[in-house]
Amino acid sequence: MRKLHQFHGGLHLEGHKSESLTRNLRQASLPPRLYLPLRQHIGEHNKPLVDVGNRVLKGHVISASSSLIRAAVHAPTSGTVTAISDYPVAHPSGLKDTCIVIDVDGEDEAAAPVIPDLQQLEAGEIIDLICRSGVVGLGGAAFPSSPKLSRGKMQGIETLIINGVECEPYITCDDMLMRHYAAEILRGVGYLQRILNPQFTLIGIEDNKPEAIAAMTSGLAHAGLAATEIVSIPTIYPSGGEKQLIQILTGREVPHGQLAFDIGLFCQNVGTCVAITRALEQDQPLISRVVTITGDNIREPGNWEVRLGSPVRHLVELAGGYLHGDSSPLVMGGPMMGFSLSGDQVPIVKASNCIMVMREQAMTRRPGYHDECIRCGKCTEVCPAQLLPQQLYWHARAGAFERAQEFHLLDCIECGCCSAVCPSGIPLVQYYRAAKSEIRAAHKVQIKSDRARFRFEFRERRLLLKKQQDEERRRLKREALQKKKIQAGGEVPIADPVQAALERVKARKLAEQEDSQ
Amino acid sequence: MTSPHIAPGNSLKRLMTHVIIALIPGTLAYAWHFGPGVLINITLAILFALMFEALALKMRSRAVMPHLTDFSAVVAAWLFALCLPMHSPWWLVLVGIGFTMIAGKHVYGGLGFNPFNPAMVGYVVLLISFPREMTTWYLPGSVSGEALTLADALAYSFGGADIHQWDALSSATPLDQLKTAVGQHMAISEIRLSPVFGNYGGKGWEWVSLGWFVGGLWLLATRTIRWHIPVALLGGVLAMALVFYLADAERYASPLFHLLSGAVIIGAFFIATDPVTAATTERGRIVYGLLIGFLIYVIRVWGGYPDGIAFAVLLANMCVPFIDYYTQPRIYGEK
Repeated sequence: MRKLHQFHGGLHLEGHKSESLTRNLRQASLPPRLYLPLRQHIGEHNKPLVDVGNRVLKGHVISASSSLIRAAVHAPTSGTVTAISDYPVAHPSGLKDTCIVIDVDGEDEAAAPVIPDLQQLEAGEIIDLICRSGVVGLGGAAFPSSPKLSRGKMQGIETLIINGVECEPYITCDDMLMRHYAAEILRGVGYLQRILNPQFTLIGIEDNKPEAIAAMTSGLAHAGLAATEIVSIPTIYPSGGEKQLIQILTGREVPHGQLAFDIGLFCQNVGTCVAITRALEQDQPLISRVVTITGDNIREPGNWEVRLGSPVRHLVELAGGYLHGDSSPLVMGGPMMGFSLSGDQVPIVKASNCIMVMREQAMTRRPGYHDECIRCGKCTEVCPAQLLPQQLYWHARAGAFERAQEFHLLDCIECGCCSAVCPSGIPLVQYYRAAKSEIRAAHKVQIKSDRARFRFEFRERRLLLKKQQDEERRRLKREALQKKKIQAGGEVPIADPVQAALERVKARKLAEQEDSQ
Repeated sequence: MTSPHIAPGNSLKRLMTHVIIALIPGTLAYAWHFGPGVLINITLAILFALMFEALALKMRSRAVMPHLTDFSAVVAAWLFALCLPMHSPWWLVLVGIGFTMIAGKHVYGGLGFNPFNPAMVGYVVLLISFPREMTTWYLPGSVSGEALTLADALAYSFGGADIHQWDALSSATPLDQLKTAVGQHMAISEIRLSPVFGNYGGKGWEWVSLGWFVGGLWLLATRTIRWHIPVALLGGVLAMALVFYLADAERYASPLFHLLSGAVIIGAFFIATDPVTAATTERGRIVYGLLIGFLIYVIRVWGGYPDGIAFAVLLANMCVPFIDYYTQPRIYGEK
């Protein structure tokens, strides 16, 4: 048995996993229309590569970007692009964003796959293939996988950590994935090992998923992976957070201001492993994912493999519809870190792991009202980042952002433990998010004004230099002219014109005096 | 709607209710040994506190209802009432609780914003303004041999009875007697012969302290409070008392006497642990508790008052921002 470590704080939460685990993983049908937002991952958003009216095949690239942190988006099925405009998307703000709309033709016609001989490929070429397939981290953050892999390869990795923890209540998509696709996950792990060449590989799974652990263990027996271990870890939220999982498995902390690969560690989610396997073995880009639909207001909670861009409404209908009413409060993600959706027309994106359909009463935290902080310190006890949430709240609320940064606001991982235990019902994380975005905005303004000041000073210097150069040029010209005159007329050069004029006047005066005498 | 999307498992009301429940054993022991006066004080204090709370909220244009029923006023009133002599006139309660609620709490912006423990503010105002009323304590029934009835106590509280008819029952508190006698160069062993002293602390008082202790343990068990402040505070008193007791047992009372007399136990578990005015970091709470423990002993032995909880707590309250700033925990990933 591997020696496990603990992280600070955390919460034992009611799992609510069984609701969505009673049914097997099912394939979702195609909705009539797909909505694919240009912004689906961390980094600069994509630009559309198709026009309205274009017919696309399953797997065609429809949007991409040229920035370093990039992930293309592909057509999840065949159909016609009917619009590229603003639609409601999965974002906490509830604002609309640009989506490519595809009218599905139902034929699901795919472009012919090009399957390379994987044995012949170099690590860099494998990363390129992953990049082309638009793979992003499917654990929730949706960070594009290829730049992360390139960086990891460059840094050198000692331990590869595969995250099958799924610590948030209600969510079971990774659990289902491990039960059904253990072999594909482990082949994906194999590709990661080829790229990163780690000494050890640890697959962390919370001990509330015995079936997944069994499936992965038996899969591992046939996978032929070297130095790879499945580690059952205790169930405590947020053990699936990257930093927390690292702490549990290795006892190490990612130093402040650094990232996991800076200390030779690399984390990847099990879902991402499947996406990598499919991208490499079947030339299938990331066009679908497993989504949990659960909650107390959905008829048949369960897990579905859904094409990206499918509206949540479609998934709700597949799951038998709402138990009460025509609409329901919806949360994308889990109860701790998920966010409310503006409605069920919002499409599933790469980062969507779960849709919670909850009756109003179950979610209510006295909206719009909270008591004042009494500094009880419950938040400090549960904070996995070992922060002082009550002090952060005090400063964030007062708008004292510098002070909040002194108390390490930017180290908050927004896990929501503090908000969950607060006796005053303060939405603490919400205050931190607001403060963080203000700090980021101020930082941007600062960068802009720094740049403006730099430009201004540069221009001043340039003008001054130009003036000096002009003067120098004029001087040289004058001297050259004079030299020319001497050569042409043989005249004695006049050292000083003023002196000469004075002497002329003097001479004239002398002459006048002589005249008068 | 913001995350987390789960029903809240905790509330101010729940915390305050826990504190109230924890106060019951000690309060019952108090009433058992010293008569029903304390119950009258508590009832009056709660009524006046709710009145002032509602008034202040109204004047500050705040919603009266969710705040009035968070029970924070009830807790403050209860703790304040326990500081009073067991038989106090109603107006004394009114004035004290007025200062507790208005000057101690609402002038700073209400619950969560007050830098000083409100109950201690109210108590100290009375102690300084009405020294005679505030130092007229009564003997436990087991010593005086007479028990006051509820009617007697009520009559006294509301001024219908002649105060002097009970002069025989009134007495300084054991701590007060100890202080006066030590001042007269009497030896501790001699002083302790007086009937007001029990086996460990003051007679009757040691049982009350035990009651607070039981309630305090329950608060710890339910994690309503954490161990840092009570342990540090008791440790502070104990350490000081032990050093001086070992140096000169005839001039300095035993550590156990200090722990079980006066308000040390209730102070450790109920007063110093007021989260709003206490330090909030774990190490800070230890510093804060030790500081109070140290100050209690200093005030008791060398100060002008027989007991020092209120002043010790208020002085430590002043240091809280400083303590919190310099005791920040190491965060994840920091060396």
